[in-house]
Amino acid sequence: MPKKASSTISKSGRLFGESCIVLWLGACAAISLLTTAAIIGLLLKESFTFFENVSPLEFFFGTSWVPILQPSSYGVLPLLWGTLQVTIGAAIIAIPLGLACAIYLSEYASPRMRSYVKPILELLAGIPTVVYGYFALTFVTPLLRLFFPQVQVFNALSAAIVVGIMILPMIATLSDNALRAVPDSLRQGAYALGATSFEVTTKVVVPAGLSGVMASFLLAISRAIGETMAVTIAAGQTPNLTLSMFESIQTMTAYIVQVSLGDTPTGGIAYQTLFAVGALLFAITLIINIFSQWILGRYREVYD
Amino acid sequence: MSLISETDRKKLNRRKRKAVIFSRFCAAVTWSSVLLLAVLLYQVAADGIAWLDWQFLSSFPSRFPERAGIKSAVVGTLWLISLVALISIPIGVSSALYLEEFAKPGKLNKFIEVNISNLAGVPSIVYGILGLAFFVRFFALERSLLSGALTMSLLILPVIIIASREAIRTVPMSIRYAAFSLGATRWQTTWAHVLPASFPGIMTGVILALSRAIGETAPLIMIGALTFVAFFRLVQWILLLLYPFRFITGFPGPRRNFMSWLRPGYLYF
Repeated sequence: MPKKASSTISKSGRLFGESCIVLWLGACAAISLLTTAAIIGLLLKESFTFFENVSPLEFFFGTSWVPILQPSSYGVLPLLWGTLQVTIGAAIIAIPLGLACAIYLSEYASPRMRSYVKPILELLAGIPTVVYGYFALTFVTPLLRLFFPQVQVFNALSAAIVVGIMILPMIATLSDNALRAVPDSLRQGAYALGATSFEVTTKVVVPAGLSGVMASFLLAISRAIGETMAVTIAAGQTPNLTLSMFESIQTMTAYIVQVSLGDTPTGGIAYQTLFAVGALLFAITLIINIFSQWILGRYREVYD
Repeated sequence: MSLISETDRKKLNRRKRKAVIFSRFCAAVTWSSVLLLAVLLYQVAADGIAWLDWQFLSSFPSRFPERAGIKSAVVGTLWLISLVALISIPIGVSSALYLEEFAKPGKLNKFIEVNISNLAGVPSIVYGILGLAFFVRFFALERSLLSGALTMSLLILPVIIIASREAIRTVPMSIRYAAFSLGATRWQTTWAHVLPASFPGIMTGVILALSRAIGETAPLIMIGALTFVAFFRLVQWILLLLYPFRFITGFPGPRRNFMSWLRPGYLYF
């Protein structure tokens, strides 16, 4: 009876093999922890070296960013402002439109229609961001120039528009999920009281799904802040503290690309700026992400 | 004769009109987004399709537009994506299995969970910095395909883990209980029942993550895939010549569109 023998022998072998496997699986899960530790450790360490050479005061409040040429100055405000310009512009475009899409999908569209439209929107979200940059340069900017001749080839406005287009599907699909999680009984209750579909949507459904909707806004905004290629291509490479949306600017991400395009020697200040700007970018997006998770957890209404 | 007064009726009509306008507005917005997609695709395709021929696919990049091609870019992309798949799929699925099947619920588990969802939100360019400092400089892998693949794997790992966990969670407990009651160990249960049952869901997540890796540009630029290679050897140190780089280097004209147009096709798949 070889079968029986093998089963008794393999029992301890099985357990040993099992614990090896569990060890391996645990090690894999630990990689994500290591990645975070590596990112934070690296950014902190290099930023500290950077701040030994440049005072934090100059970095956070200086209004001119000339890291490579002499005389150099390291005020991050122009980059920060460039990022803000693009992000705010994108949010102004994407939040109302994205929410309207989500409302249409969850409240008005027939299930059949929804099954067509949603994948299309998701496709829009999946297009590589370089393509959006290209789209901005060859389509959006020329279009803008028809209306505003003073628009520069690289400008904040077209970057904001394409980033807005880019995050719109994200807002639409995530908010749609949140709105559809609102139970039908709430809608029916409101209709029974004589509310119109507009009132049901704005006074019952959206408030009930608000935590999910807000979280989708925040996630989209953090994505817009971290967006790199589209803004590098569309907004240009000029650190510029300006209110005008028609001029070329530079965002934090675009700066990082610019520095790494040149062959930056390790250890120079220009190399360290990479980490200082990266750390700032990381901190901003991390705070927004944590905040959105907190909103989701804190204000989530649970319906049974 | 009516039950409600004239002013109330007016009010009611106004409310109803508002509802109609609102619903039309939402529909219009949605359809214009879809239209936008059509414009975008058309725009990219119309420019690119003229360049699409065999010669373009099988030539190396060149300074002369007529002779230029994307062979090294296509090959580079394929190499990169195979390496990324090879690295990230086993690690990602293993992590998900550990978290769902083996880890004891507790603070550490919760922490890993939060950590992964935060990692998924880290801008890709930050991964680029990480790759530059660790793989290129610290581990001295140079500006190679391998550093690119490792960086990209880290980037899509959270996506794979999250998707795999969702898929594993949909496997009903009863299947596990049945396996346990027949004397299977936890790993045997996982390997023979949970994994196959969640396989389609895991694959969906993996394909989505890989398609993201294909389209991702920023971290690779950081790694320095810019090195212009006019011919390719199938050695490790070469040809991280992904198409997008050309764009930045001001590589002549429309051929990049073709690739960018190919990409959505990929994604759609």
